[in-house]
Amino acid sequence: MTQSPTLSRRSTSSTPPLPRKSRQRGADARAGYTFLLPWLLGFIALTVGPMISSLYLSFTNYNLFEPPKWIGLDNYTTLFQDERFLQSVGVTLSYVVFGTPLKLAAALAVAMLLNSKRKGQGFYRSAFYAPSLIGASVSIAIVWKAMFGDAGPVDQGLSFFGINLGGWVGNPSMTMPMMILLTVWQFGAPMVIFLAGLKQIPADLYEAASMDGAGPVRKFFNITWPMLSPVIFFNLLMETIHAFQIFASAYIISNGEGGPAGSTLFYTLYLYLRGFSDFRMGYASAMAWLLVIVVGIITLIFFKTSKSWVHYSGDSK
Amino acid sequence: MTTMATPTQPKAGGTAPAPAPEYNPKSESVGAKRAKSLIFHIVALALTAVVLYPALWMVASSFKPNAEIGGTNTSLWSSNFSFDNFATAMEGIGGVSTLQFFTNSLVLAIGAVVGTILSASVSAYAFARIKFPGRSALFGMMIATLLLPFHVVIIPQYIIFQQLGLVDTYIPLLIGKFLAADAFFVFLMVQFMRNLPAELDEAARIDGAGHVRIFTSIMLPLMKPALISTSIFSFIWSWNDFLGPLLYLNTPEKYPLPLALRLFVDQTQSSDYGAMIAMSVLALLPVLIFFLVFQRYIVEGVSTQGLKG
Repeated sequence: MTQSPTLSRRSTSSTPPLPRKSRQRGADARAGYTFLLPWLLGFIALTVGPMISSLYLSFTNYNLFEPPKWIGLDNYTTLFQDERFLQSVGVTLSYVVFGTPLKLAAALAVAMLLNSKRKGQGFYRSAFYAPSLIGASVSIAIVWKAMFGDAGPVDQGLSFFGINLGGWVGNPSMTMPMMILLTVWQFGAPMVIFLAGLKQIPADLYEAASMDGAGPVRKFFNITWPMLSPVIFFNLLMETIHAFQIFASAYIISNGEGGPAGSTLFYTLYLYLRGFSDFRMGYASAMAWLLVIVVGIITLIFFKTSKSWVHYSGDSK
Repeated sequence: MTTMATPTQPKAGGTAPAPAPEYNPKSESVGAKRAKSLIFHIVALALTAVVLYPALWMVASSFKPNAEIGGTNTSLWSSNFSFDNFATAMEGIGGVSTLQFFTNSLVLAIGAVVGTILSASVSAYAFARIKFPGRSALFGMMIATLLLPFHVVIIPQYIIFQQLGLVDTYIPLLIGKFLAADAFFVFLMVQFMRNLPAELDEAARIDGAGHVRIFTSIMLPLMKPALISTSIFSFIWSWNDFLGPLLYLNTPEKYPLPLALRLFVDQTQSSDYGAMIAMSVLALLPVLIFFLVFQRYIVEGVSTQGLKG
């Protein structure tokens, strides 16, 4: 044990070179599970257990006061005839499909702008990151609602340029752009991650490309995009999953109702209303499981398609 | 299905601040460099102004009389600055003072920090530094919970806490923190610990130290940066959390600020915009202070650990 060649530094990720005695192994196993106890308890009591019971509940009628009544697939079939549900799906999908790519494009563009040695980098990075920290808060939702209120400062500002949109908050066709602006405004978090990724790209790649006469567009598509693809993938996956779960700002901006005309009836808001206002817990559980399935499928698709466009250079860690 | 299109979507067309095609940094004149730097700062500053405008608007409006907030007034400046809005906001709502809401938020946030630090560091040590059967499978499950929409567990969790008679207490809001339910922090600490040299615990082991010793006297002190990021983020996330308190709390005396804020909005409607916005500022104050003090740390933490805001 003492003469083990300790060449491998990452003892944890690869098997340690020293042959351990089984006694040590038993002790390690015990220690491992003891240290893991808080997480294990939480995982079983707060994640696995609830997941199983929510799957069960999704096949029942349950209002919290009477015992759950088994109704088979009824919740699921009803969902697809429920117009408000379908609306919430549409609202959420358009938020995810338009908001996430826009946010990431903004994040990438600004990261590229900031990726050079210039004075004030630190200041700009911090300034752009700040909204990500406060964006999901009730305070910002209130500010957004006030700023984008009909005849509010944004509307007034635009009308100064001769643009009249007929309000944002009260106008069903403008609430989605407003919500998307709210998420794009929080581009700072993915931007900082992009910046870290850009820093990893060796400068000589760009120099070599310059010598070959490559312009900025070619450099972007032939160097930046492929080299950055693991980071793009990470941001895309996380932001998409995140976007599906928007709640607080939707709740505040729509007064907890999803209005006007259901235009801000986000999936999670409808789930909340069904579960905790109407006490249709079985129905809401079915909704929750559909969300899990959809997010699972999207994650899977991302991982499958990623093989064709995400490049992991050399040895991955 | 539509999301299939997203990987190709962010074309980021026109992102590259197009230099001339024959761009060669060495042959650039000093003047050209200056001009580029100037353009960079103009663009970056303009962007800063746009990005920070909502926050500045919020702060400026909180000092303005009501009549100047809505409507035609887009400017941040007012000739009638006053603290009246803050005075109204501090009175609170529903017979509860804003100071009480502050205290509640603080109790919850500090509880969240303490719980997360204790549980996540211990669990992370197991994942990162101890070899035991089933470790990689469990680690995989922990990672999977990062991707899991948590809405799938809120209904059964609510039912459990309701049956235990714990609704309208802080226990449902805090218990998860003491059980490392925020997998993100566990993951962050695992990554951090994995980068610490293995010789450290090997040497300690040869000297006869057990896991408890190694954890408390070697790992914890070295993990300070990870512990600090975790504390900052778990404080801020708890401070901003809305859904949890919305589900579990029903007496205003126990509300944290986000719920109080909603109550305030509900009851005053749009009649007192000024006070509403002043209260929004108050509710964000600790986050803003945290940000100003720790901004380096926060931004760096995000870039190395992939944390979200």
